[in-house]
Order: sequence, then C-alpha cells, then structure tokens
Amino acid sequence: MAKVVYEKSRGLTDNPLSYCPGCTHGIIHKLVAESLVELDILERTIAIAPVGCSVLGYDYFNCDGVQASHGRAPAVATGIKRTNPDKIVFTYQGDGDLAAIGTAEIVHAAHRGENMTVFFVNNAIYGMTGGQMAPTTLIDMKTSTSPFGRQLEGTGQPILVSEMLSQIPSVYYIERVAAHDIPHLTKAKEAIKKALQNQVDGKGFSMVEILGTCPIGWAKTPADAMEFVKEKMLPYYPLGVYADKASNAGQGEVK
Amino acid sequence: MISEYTAKHRLTFADNLCKGCDLCAAACPKKIIKMDKTRVNAKGYNPAMCFDIENCIACGICAKICPDSVIKVERDV
Ligand SMILES: Cc1ncc(C[n+]2csc(CCOP(=O)(O)OP(=O)(O)O)c2C)c(N)n1
Ligand code: SF4
Ligand code: SF4
Ligand code: SF4
Ligand SMILES: [Mg+2]
Repeated sequence: MAKVVYEKSRGLTDNPLSYCPGCTHGIIHKLVAESLVELDILERTIAIAPVGCSVLGYDYFNCDGVQASHGRAPAVATGIKRTNPDKIVFTYQGDGDLAAIGTAEIVHAAHRGENMTVFFVNNAIYGMTGGQMAPTTLIDMKTSTSPFGRQLEGTGQPILVSEMLSQIPSVYYIERVAAHDIPHLTKAKEAIKKALQNQVDGKGFSMVEILGTCPIGWAKTPADAMEFVKEKMLPYYPLGVYADKASNAGQGEVK
Repeated sequence: MISEYTAKHRLTFADNLCKGCDLCAAACPKKIIKMDKTRVNAKGYNPAMCFDIENCIACGICAKICPDSVIKVERDV
C-alpha cells in the first residue's frame, strides 16, 4: 500500500502562483496553508494580503481573504477581527509593506495587543517593484537603488523588526525563522502554527518573521539565494524566540 | 502529469506548474532530479524529472522545498 509522504495542501487553491521561479513566497505559503489545515481552522480564516509580490495571496490561500492598501494590513485585520471575533485573521506582509510604509500600523497593532497573527516575510528588498533597497536591505547589499551596496552612512541600519516589536509589553509572541532549507522549514512551520494557535486561544498579538529570498531582485539563482540567507541574512537577523508570554521568554532573548 | 514508479515509491510531477527553478534538484539527497531538457512545459520551462527512480528513498524533500507544489511523493509501506 502506498502512503503519501507529501502532496499539495488543500489549504491552497488550484490557482498557479504568480511568483518567479524558486521564490520562497511559494514555500512560505505552503507552510501557512498546511498549518491552517492541521489546526482545522481553514474554514474560518480570513487572510489579509499586502501590497508586494504576495498581493494576490487571497487567491492562493484556500480561505476567505481581502487585500489591504500598502502597509495597512494590520489595520484592516484589526477591523475584521474586532467585528468577527470568531474568525482567525492573519496578515501576510513583505518587508517593504510592513517595515517601510506600514511601520506605523504594525507598531500600533502590537501596542494594542490585537488578537491577530502576522506573517512577516523579510527578503531584504522591494521585490515587486524591481528590486529596490528596503529598510531591511543588508549593509553592502546591492539593489537597483543601491548599485554600489547599501551604506550605513546616509541610509542607516537595516531595521530589526522582531527585536523592536519584542520590546512592547502587550505583544504575546514573536519568533524569527528562515525558509532556506528543510530543517529550517520544519521549525518555521512550528512557529507559524504556534502563532495561529495563540489567536485561537485568544492570547493576543503574535508575529512570525520569516527570512526569505528574492532570487530575481538579488540577481541569484534560487539555490544561491538560499545560500545567501544562510551566509548573510542569519548573522544579521538571528533566529529565535524574541517574545513568548507562555514561557516568559522575550525582550530580545534568543533561544 | 508524469509519474515515476518503482516497486517501492512513486513520484508524480504536475509538469505544467513547474518553473524549472532547480530547488528540488539541489535539495534531493540522492541527486536524482534534473530539469528535463528534452521537454518544454506550458509555461515554457524545462520541467523537473527524476532520472533514477530506483534510488529514490521517498524522503519527500524535493516536494517540501518546491514553491509550486509540483511534486507528490508516495512511499510503499
Ligand atoms: C501607496 C503605495 N506606495 C508604493 C507602492 C509601490 N510598491 C508596490 S510593492 C512595493 C514594495 C513591496 O516590497 P515588499 O513588501 O518587501 O514585498 P516583496 O515584493 O518583496 O515580497 C512598493 C513600494 C504602492 N503600490 N502603493
Ligand atoms: S520579484 Fe522577488 S519576491 Fe517577487 S516573486 Fe519574484 S523572486 Fe519572489
Ligand atoms: S523523494 Fe527524496 S530521494 Fe526521492 S527524488 Fe525526492 S528528494 Fe530525491
Ligand atoms: S522545485 Fe518545483 S518548480 Fe522548482 S524545478 Fe523542482 S518541481 Fe519545478
Ligand atoms: Mg520584500
């Protein structure tokens, strides 16, 4: 008898993904979709898609969904969750969306301790618009608007969202994970499930920052982009739990 | 859809969803997946294919890393 080791999750629709070959958005979508199915919450979940490459996310997750203006997904999620407290509401946002134009929205949603789940996909670039420098772009990283590499002088330090938000006392759970290989994907999925379960249990604001790639914007093959996450992203963006009221971890504590 | 059988395991590729990104090939511990240069799929890519199914251990790694959910892996139990 044959046992299925892996097949496409029913948490995803049949729509083909619009992402470039080898982009981690597709992989991260799978982790979210599988988690919704495994927690048995797919039928009562509402996805809030951002502006960015994942703008069509509501077409890919096999649940209800809407798309918010750039950076405003946490505000839209707040309204939907407050008026539909029985629904599970998550935002799926890129770094340009969450950590640039949407910085105010995420900071205030976290301070309000909204009972929502945020998936923050940090690929250190504005992928959708042609690979421009984002606040999260690493020092010395070349982008179409930092052709000689980002410099600290003039553009400042790459923004550390998980570290920053973990200082907010009303935050329940924040973890940073990565999507560049199988062991890290296993860990990432655990964090995603925890962040959703927290909302089911009414615990409050949970966010998972997922380090991903943009092979096109980074001008790398998909496999080399995965290496770049390991070699360059992990040292600057350490993985771990930054806040967890369930275990009293937090305030920057890394496991 | 192209299915590859052994007495033990089966890989099924949803060919027309494949973007030829090579992530499955790079991640396979047995290095038995390659892009099939003899075929072009509906998207215009050379799709991934297993060229040595007898050595597949049905670990599922290729399918888990695939961003486009192209591969189904079945293990004989
Ligand atoms: C109000 C507004 N300003 C600017 C833009 C242009 N814009 C579209 S996507 C984007 C950045 C997306 O980057 P990110 O959130 O990191 O997503 P990625 O594509 O990298 O996944 C920008 C600036 C817009 N659509 N709307
Ligand atoms: S531009 Fe970058 S982030 Fe957007 S789909 Fe392509 S590879 Fe992915
Ligand atoms: S199941 Fe494992 S061994 Fe078989 S092709 Fe996929 S990665 Fe390779
Ligand atoms: S990982 Fe998926 S999309 Fe990429 S080459 Fe393999 S089967 Fe095709
Ligand atoms: Mg981005």
